[in-house]
Amino acid sequence: MTGILKIAYKLLVNDKGKFAALLIGITFAVFLMIQMTSMFAGMMRKASATVTNTGAKIWVMDRSVTSVASSIPMPAFMQDAARSIKGVKFAVPLYLGAGLARLQDGTYQAVSIVGLDDSSLFGRPELIEGNIEDIYAENGFLMIQDAEAPKLQNPKLGTTFEINDNRGVIVGIAKVPASGLFGIPTLYTTFNRAIQYIPSLRSTISYILIEPTSLDAIPGIKSEIDKLGYVAVTQDEFMDRITNFYEYHTGMGTNILIMTAISFIVGLSISAQTFYTFVLENLDRFGALKAMGAKGRELVYMLLFQAGITCLAGYGLGIGLCTVLIAAAKLRVPDYASVITFGNLGLAFVMVFVIAAISSYIAIRRVLKIEPFDIFRS
Amino acid sequence: MNAIEARDLSKWFGEGETRTNAVQKVAFDAHFQEMLFIVGPSGSGKTTLLSIISGILRPNQGTVKIKDQDIWSLSADKLADMRLNTVGFVFQDFHLFPRLTTVENVAVPLILKRRKWDEAIKEALQALEKVGLAQRAGLSPQKLSGGEQQRVAIARAIVSQPDILVLDEPTASLDGDTGRKIVEFVKRDVLNEKRCIIIVTHDDRISEFADRMVKMEDGKLIEIEKGQGHA
Repeated sequence: MTGILKIAYKLLVNDKGKFAALLIGITFAVFLMIQMTSMFAGMMRKASATVTNTGAKIWVMDRSVTSVASSIPMPAFMQDAARSIKGVKFAVPLYLGAGLARLQDGTYQAVSIVGLDDSSLFGRPELIEGNIEDIYAENGFLMIQDAEAPKLQNPKLGTTFEINDNRGVIVGIAKVPASGLFGIPTLYTTFNRAIQYIPSLRSTISYILIEPTSLDAIPGIKSEIDKLGYVAVTQDEFMDRITNFYEYHTGMGTNILIMTAISFIVGLSISAQTFYTFVLENLDRFGALKAMGAKGRELVYMLLFQAGITCLAGYGLGIGLCTVLIAAAKLRVPDYASVITFGNLGLAFVMVFVIAAISSYIAIRRVLKIEPFDIFRS
Repeated sequence: MNAIEARDLSKWFGEGETRTNAVQKVAFDAHFQEMLFIVGPSGSGKTTLLSIISGILRPNQGTVKIKDQDIWSLSADKLADMRLNTVGFVFQDFHLFPRLTTVENVAVPLILKRRKWDEAIKEALQALEKVGLAQRAGLSPQKLSGGEQQRVAIARAIVSQPDILVLDEPTASLDGDTGRKIVEFVKRDVLNEKRCIIIVTHDDRISEFADRMVKMEDGKLIEIEKGQGHA
């Protein structure tokens, strides 16, 4: 069998023009499919940045909340109610808001403010510089060192700024696993200072973060929160909720889905047509092989092998090309929202597999229909 | 034992008013160490007959025995194996793979017989030597002349030592002199006591090489004496 496959391989790669056309088609399709889906994955990772950075197991929120940024403030009693639920180890408030920081040169910069529970500082970022206790100092803020930090004019420890005529001081520089979607710098402070500095509604808690005593306690906690008229979701559920929102309620996901489908169709068209032409050009030779004694299934193996090789090579090249492009883009735009996940690779692989299957199916049908007698008649 | 025994062979295409009788109640034998010519005008049914007796076109009636084995009673896979092991084909247009080298083209039947690649190439080289083209082994068939391509096709046909060699219009794509040389070579170097060669042709210039000739006319077979000439 290996000899037949070697013949198939040589027939394919020695036809340089067709092989190149096939590779370009598949590579381009894979590149587009992975680029589109990785862009979406990157944006979703950023959209869920606060959720992953905070690391809480359970998030309590208003039922209408669709994304982290669209929090609906909850009354203070909800925190006490959450704490009293059986299976809750601790429950702390989290404030999420936005403000305008007046920098030292007088310019204004929009910032994202995260207010951590004053007593526990649950969800705090990892410090690079400074001491975490300094967050309790007068006007203390932590600045997140990410791609957005230069927008605050690269402050150092001790740099001051103003928010709503309140003085703020950078007392620590920290890092988080993921930066946010909206391209603005992030400042952390205590919950009480956050609601003091940022104009707030009567209710002030954006989210309540719950640590359950065990994973078994989660269903009970969810049920009790539900009775209170709010919703409790796990970290993964919250991220799914966010993804669902961007995917189906902003048009972003649909557009990316359409682009991915178009990439698939383009790849399929180029591949199927070129492969079919390749088979048509070699039809009499396949017929000669049949006349000489090749069995139908051996010709099928040859075609499947050719389609498989082309698609796998194109798949690899497509991934490589996409990786190079993302890496190059990140050199220029450090916060470029694109990340290749195993999910993206899996999806692209399935689509390439379908391209290979359809291309070879069309070719196989044609080859199996050849009568060796036709070779004599030609 | 005859190389081929064909009895009562009939083949028609279409049905009713459109029915064409390509071969009608044909019977003949072909023997080892014999070069049998099937001659006749275009459309007389000689290629159809050749296809039936070589196991690639099923007749509507009749039997074909190759070395006493009724080939049309075999399953499709066994029939393919029979063709692979017993019959060597030289097609009118050669049907060589332009993307394979000459030696790889010759090795194809051995590869189909599951021989190891290196072994197959080695034997293919020996076959190419027989046809005087060993020095062209690494070239693409596209770079060879028509006569050379014909010899490569012959090397491919004989590389697996078939009992029966079938040549369809071997001189049709060649000039007169080259065609004669090819058929002369086949008679001198390829025919042996264990092999039967059947040539379909309407080329008068090579009839001198036939041991026996049969003529097809309107699907019917007429045996003619050598030297009588044909259409």
